[in-house]
Amino acid sequence: MKVSAVPYVAFKAMRRNRMRTVLTALGIVIGVAAVITMVGLGQGASSEVQEQVNRLGQNVVLVFPGSRQLGGVSIGGGSANTLTIEDAHAIRDEIPEVVAASPEVRSQRVVVYGNRNWFTRIYGQSHDYLQIRQWPIESGRMYNEEDVDRAALVAVVGQTIVDELFEGSDPIGETVRVRGLPLEIIGVLAPKGMSLMGSVQDDIFIVPYTTAFQRISGRSHAMVINVQVYDQESMTIAQEKITDLLRERHRLAPYQDDDFTVQTQEDVAEAATETSRIMTVLLASIAGVSLFVGGIGIMNVMLVSVTERTREVGLRLAVGAKSPDVLLQFLIEAVVLCLLGGIGGIILGVITTELIATYAGWPALFSTEAMIVAVGVSAAVGVFFGFYPAWKASRLDPIVALRTE
Amino acid sequence: MGIVKLHKITRTYRTGTVAVDALRGIDLEIREGVFASIMGASGSGKSTLMNILGCLDQPTSGTFHLDGEDVSTFTKNRLANVRNRTIGFVFQSFHLLPRTSALENVELPLLYSDDHLSWKDIHNRAMNALEIVGLADRAKHNPNELSGGQQQRVAIARALVTEPKILLADEPTGNLDSRTSLEIIDIFQTLNREGLTILMVTHESDIARFSERIITLRDGLIISDKRVEPVQAQTALENWKEQDAVEIENEVTL
Ligand SMILES: Nc1ncnc2c1ncn2[C@@H]1O[C@H](COP(=O)(O)OP(=O)(O)OP(=O)(O)O)[C@@H](O)[C@H]1O
Ligand SMILES: [Mg+2]
Repeated sequence: MKVSAVPYVAFKAMRRNRMRTVLTALGIVIGVAAVITMVGLGQGASSEVQEQVNRLGQNVVLVFPGSRQLGGVSIGGGSANTLTIEDAHAIRDEIPEVVAASPEVRSQRVVVYGNRNWFTRIYGQSHDYLQIRQWPIESGRMYNEEDVDRAALVAVVGQTIVDELFEGSDPIGETVRVRGLPLEIIGVLAPKGMSLMGSVQDDIFIVPYTTAFQRISGRSHAMVINVQVYDQESMTIAQEKITDLLRERHRLAPYQDDDFTVQTQEDVAEAATETSRIMTVLLASIAGVSLFVGGIGIMNVMLVSVTERTREVGLRLAVGAKSPDVLLQFLIEAVVLCLLGGIGGIILGVITTELIATYAGWPALFSTEAMIVAVGVSAAVGVFFGFYPAWKASRLDPIVALRTE
Repeated sequence: MGIVKLHKITRTYRTGTVAVDALRGIDLEIREGVFASIMGASGSGKSTLMNILGCLDQPTSGTFHLDGEDVSTFTKNRLANVRNRTIGFVFQSFHLLPRTSALENVELPLLYSDDHLSWKDIHNRAMNALEIVGLADRAKHNPNELSGGQQQRVAIARALVTEPKILLADEPTGNLDSRTSLEIIDIFQTLNREGLTILMVTHESDIARFSERIITLRDGLIISDKRVEPVQAQTALENWKEQDAVEIENEVTL
């Protein structure tokens, strides 16, 4: 047979069976796109969680109120009222390994500037919070200990606040209002960067914890105490000392459980990673199901056309085609279809992921492995169901294939 | 010299435990340049015989010489070459590729030829074959845009395009009206006059009388083999017009 005739015949066949071609390719496109999107979002979330945990700061110990079971960590907890501001001070003053301790309180409030509003999270923190987070000031200054002592009406804000309330112009010295309380902006934080979660992190409004406790949140207990330890080696000992100190301060009898939880950055990271890993597995399972459904679709389309294929094979054999000629034609058809579908699926998957990432504010990561597996699986399904009936037909006597009903 | 020589050909179909002896020992010789028809009742084994002659099916036993070679010993690949080069086959139900132009249907056998033809040659030869059957103007039409007779002519063009030594046709007029059948037979007679050996299955004696040899089968055996003086399809076609006219005249007079 003419060599150039094989691809020609294959493409003719694909054009002739346009509907079959399109539906099969569609099955592959959907399966591949689903996998790429799901895995992309899952992995993006994981890496973001990881990064966020890293951004907690260096040598940081977090003290949460209430006792928690191992593994049942929640970052945004703070339900029990067992941690006081005095506890934070005691940790800072009485434990030599501790450099800084910030009692944290958060509240969701509307911040008003002129006729503009912005709903954000207001954090009450100590003056050394930025040192704990290792977050530099871009302009202005951080409030000092004195400001904290007198519950000064000052605030340090993230880049998002500057963009949303001040439309990017310099906010330093301006006064905003939170429930009627005037707060002077004295500093702007350095932006956390270009990542999608970065802009979420930049949506931050920090005031002295005294101001937050007394004037904004209405709470009297810390949701968490951020503690910075002198160095990595002192982490364990600092953890033990904090535990002893707080047990003593809370007058816990030996038989009583801790009414607080001390966790290092690694503990938090581990739990967070575990959570996001579960999410990735979940998303991957959904993707797997999509891939499976796509595969069934391909199978259906291919099986429906088996009779027509068998007859076509019979006819080609009857006019003098040799089995390898016919098989090569169907193989090319199946492979090209799967390649096109795979490429289409990758493009669609990347676009969908980007769209979701942009509009839902989720981070995304593209995984080459996921793409390879997705394309591989749908290609295997496509090639098998496209090729197998042709292979079977090519083994028949031409007249039997021709007469198939 | 016989282009086709069958010796004690049998064919048994086995479906489960049931065995059907479709052919029970066929001895047959066809000389080159002959236009022969095979007749017989339904189920007598005509198609079975034809499929064996066309190398589309294998005999259960016996030997089959085609153009001097014992094709009953051929491998699948050599049989494919025989189907491509030596034989042109026309089916009762046309078997054209759907959604494919007449021209491309006719080109099909050339794509599988071992002659390494250029695309231009393939195209030209297919066009020539379509001209022979008088369908050059329908080259771009798909089968569903052609009448049954036209489809069968495309199928004949496809059978002729590789310039085979023998044309096999299994009830080529079975799905056509008598006028269209005549046109097909006329093409066969023209081809036969130019030297092509033609073997045609039909169960209509009206069609068989256009051939010069009539072989009759019954229950898988040849029961008669006669040489006859063939009627000319051309003349019949001319008379046909008169017949039409006669009918109209009759209607008028009634
Ligand atoms: N694929 C098959 N499997 C089993 N039996 C078959 C098969 N093809 C044909 N037969 C049997 O072989 C016998 C001959 O069949 P064949 O098709 O050759 O008849 P025919 O002379 O062509 O009939 P018709 O004029 O109806 O086309 C019949 O009894 C038929 O039932
Ligand atoms: Mg028959």
